[in-house]
Amino acid sequence: MASQPSKPPPSSQASSARNSQQGLRYPSTGKTIYHRPLNRSRTQELSQAGFAYLFSEMVGYAQRRVTGIQDLEKRLNVQGHPIGLKLLDLLLYREPARTQLRPLNIIALLQFITTVLWRHLFSRPADALEKSSNPDTPDEYMISDNEPLVNQYISVPKEMNQLNCAAFVAGIVEGACDGAGFPARVTAHSVGKGEEGELWPGKTVFLVKFQPEVVEREAYLGKT
Amino acid sequence: MAANKAARMGEEVWKTRVDKVNAELVTLTYGTIVAQLCKDYENDYVEVNKQLDKMGYNIGLRLIEDYLAKSNTMRRCSNFRETAEMIAKVGFKIFLNITPTVTSWTSDSKQFSLIFEENPLADFVELPDDGRSQDELWYSNIFCGVLRGALEMVQMQVEAHFISDVLRGNDTTEMRITLIRYIDDEMPQDDD
Repeated sequence: MASQPSKPPPSSQASSARNSQQGLRYPSTGKTIYHRPLNRSRTQELSQAGFAYLFSEMVGYAQRRVTGIQDLEKRLNVQGHPIGLKLLDLLLYREPARTQLRPLNIIALLQFITTVLWRHLFSRPADALEKSSNPDTPDEYMISDNEPLVNQYISVPKEMNQLNCAAFVAGIVEGACDGAGFPARVTAHSVGKGEEGELWPGKTVFLVKFQPEVVEREAYLGKT
Repeated sequence: MAANKAARMGEEVWKTRVDKVNAELVTLTYGTIVAQLCKDYENDYVEVNKQLDKMGYNIGLRLIEDYLAKSNTMRRCSNFRETAEMIAKVGFKIFLNITPTVTSWTSDSKQFSLIFEENPLADFVELPDDGRSQDELWYSNIFCGVLRGALEMVQMQVEAHFISDVLRGNDTTEMRITLIRYIDDEMPQDDD
């Protein structure tokens, strides 16, 4: 027995010593997150229906605990945030060594989000990335997705037409921005009927609004 | 024999009739759901288990239709043993791409276990080291609700609960399922 000091203790042993601050118990088979290769599920797939069921329960549960649409979107955003934080690290780790650098400016970060992150989550890049053309809001960028995967099986009731459940994805983007050191507020907006609404009724724009200090830093770095 | 047929069928449906998404999207979304529940119920894990079961039940009620449509099974399972095989090899296969092992039948064929060698919901997961979560939280409890809801829609009342979980430090992840009764078809109300 003593010949295997590095293995986590068998559960029976650990549980008997539980009260003396033993920390977590681990299976004797070594099935822990520490033994699991980080890339194992990189290309694995599950059914989209499975995701849709979970997501609809998540939205339904959130809806019972909020008072208004803004509140609901905020809650979905908050639930997406930790995912973005974690994916930033995970996806950078999985990049080839020469592109493993963290994004160092806004464009590099947003490109990483609209290509690497989007492709990983939704199997395709985002449909557009634009900078606000309004000179008063140089801190705003827009990511467009013509058909957000998360909204595919969601039909929003008329009286809630302001709601866009892709707020969850906005939270993921916000988490990635915050984690990279570019704090931002990200919100999801339906484009609506006009313009491209005809062709892509579900088109969603993610408005990324960086904190003033991010834009300031970027301007300063740009000059040197 | 029935088991082989079910396995082939599950494989076939998974390959040809299922729209797929990245597994980690599902894993992370489930993680954020459980984390939110733990926050909302202030780490009252017993309550979190209940909520997960309830969510699963809601899913099961609707998922069964999807299952029947995709698997194209027009006939009822002839007994509970066949039901178990179909759950493991077709149901879990087409929604989660896993096939838990059916085992430990009681002699009256009313109770069995599902052993999960793999569980995509629990990837990347470690329970909080607070001295309680490993004794109280059943992280994947949503599965129990899904089975209960789905089987209820095809006239089976079952009870399902986990008895071990690798996340708790057990060597296996095992769920116990018990058939309580077949629900009789309700007679349509008289029009008179």
